[in-house]
Amino acid sequence: MSNYLKDLAKVLRSKNSGPFQITLDVLFDEIDNYERVKKANIFTKDNISHLYNLDKKDITDIVFFDRAMGIKVTMNRKVSSGTCFDRDVYGAQQHAPLLDILIE
Amino acid sequence: MQRSIRILSPCGILGYGFPTSSFERGLQMKPDAIIVDAGSTDAGPHKLGANVAIVSKRACKQDLSRIILGSKKLNIPFIIGSSGGSGAISHINWTLDIIDEIIKENNLYDMKQAIVYADINKDLIKENLKKGLVSPLGDTVPPLTEDILNQTNSVVAQMGVEPIIKAINTGAQIIVCGRAYDPAIFAAFGISKGFDSALSYHLGKILECGALCCDPGTTKDCMMGELHETYFDIFSTNEERYCSPTSVAAHTFYEKDHPYLLHGPGIIQDLSKCEFKAIDKHTVRVTKSKLEKTDPYKIKLEGARKVAYRTFVIAGIRDPLLINKLEEVEELVKQSVLEQYENIDEDSVKIQFYNYGKNGVMGDLETNKTIAHEIGVMFEVIAKTQDIASAICASLRSTFMHYGYEGRKSTAGNLAFPFAPSDVEFGAVYEFSVYHLMSVEDPSALFPIEIRSTKK
Repeated sequence: MSNYLKDLAKVLRSKNSGPFQITLDVLFDEIDNYERVKKANIFTKDNISHLYNLDKKDITDIVFFDRAMGIKVTMNRKVSSGTCFDRDVYGAQQHAPLLDILIE
Repeated sequence: MQRSIRILSPCGILGYGFPTSSFERGLQMKPDAIIVDAGSTDAGPHKLGANVAIVSKRACKQDLSRIILGSKKLNIPFIIGSSGGSGAISHINWTLDIIDEIIKENNLYDMKQAIVYADINKDLIKENLKKGLVSPLGDTVPPLTEDILNQTNSVVAQMGVEPIIKAINTGAQIIVCGRAYDPAIFAAFGISKGFDSALSYHLGKILECGALCCDPGTTKDCMMGELHETYFDIFSTNEERYCSPTSVAAHTFYEKDHPYLLHGPGIIQDLSKCEFKAIDKHTVRVTKSKLEKTDPYKIKLEGARKVAYRTFVIAGIRDPLLINKLEEVEELVKQSVLEQYENIDEDSVKIQFYNYGKNGVMGDLETNKTIAHEIGVMFEVIAKTQDIASAICASLRSTFMHYGYEGRKSTAGNLAFPFAPSDVEFGAVYEFSVYHLMSVEDPSALFPIEIRSTKK
């Protein structure tokens, strides 16, 4: 059975990591769900760059932290926080494309 | 050395508020210090660039009054980090004015105060720039130049624990710090009492957000940290909030580029081997936090400059004929307006449309092509002066309102304005012009300490 990521993760969020980057957190409260998503190999620079129309070089980090059952993706902002043409000063609404990732 | 100390963190940002019941319960547990972070760069460059606070004076005073009276009652120190939000001298003075009011209203003149400043002299940065001691923090941060520094209002640096420990050792009861690395104000207290620096920093990393590591989490409630020789315990003084190994471990992710390697002034915290154990349903015990000192010792510089002025309009569009060709029409409207202002330098005027209901939030990053039946459109003109921005924005609005695009049926108007007048003068727009690391020899030298007291 396949599931959406939003049904497996406890927390799915985005936020500034400093004014020049945005970081996405996917956190789990059940080890089975975390392991399943980790093994699905969805969190790759290829997939994330496709999902966000970004160059791969602008995805600076994808890290799995087993102990905390979490995945972190950090990306460069095209515009720094709060200046001309920024659309999300806190970077708090950039996580949505992750919600509907289908996990086999 | 004491066998353990307790630090009470009332909330995630001074002025965000906290329940009095949680705070009183915290005081009953006899903490050794009350420590609160007041700062953030999250709200953008405007706070630092325009010298304004991140919270209202009323909200800050409400929190400060309760904390200062609590600190006086228990005769324990109270430390504020990144005062006023950005931690520059103007933000420190804003905070000191409120402290003075509280001290006068409650006759607390005997409370000794220490200030730790974090403003960095721009001439020193220019010298260090020439010596190659200043580097951008991240590959999208533009290189620093003398011109940029000249245009930057003020530059602050995040202090580490060293100057704060010196301030604690003066015996001051109220310690008002300028810009500080958020966990450093907490870590400084633990380290000054002889506790392990890795545990002290990790505890600080959790406490600086108030009760955000709980379930349910919030920045607007009180947390207690209890430092021991080889571990620390963490719990909220609000019994409705629970800490679990998962909630505390997950919190290490928050707002950082890496989940377990955290860079601070002169240090890297390594939380990869940490163990989180439930003591009871409210309390988690943390062990095996690690920390390395870096050589050279680097501090993070932050500065903001004014770049332009903005005027903007918000309107709604319900006509599907227009919605279906919205970007095309917006481009035509923009070109038409730029033609009306032939004598204005095009490079200095920027026009942008935000189409909410389409890609307003994510812009170029949006990959979902679904189109809503109505669109909220916001458009802005950015220019060198407010007058130019407003003049061009008025033309943009009237041109957009009446633009006769191909296939149009609604010949009376294209936009539904919710307000009259429709054009809003925003004022200045800032940008983070300095976000760089600078190597220093002495971690305390750039953060001078001043002892003061409130005058009767």
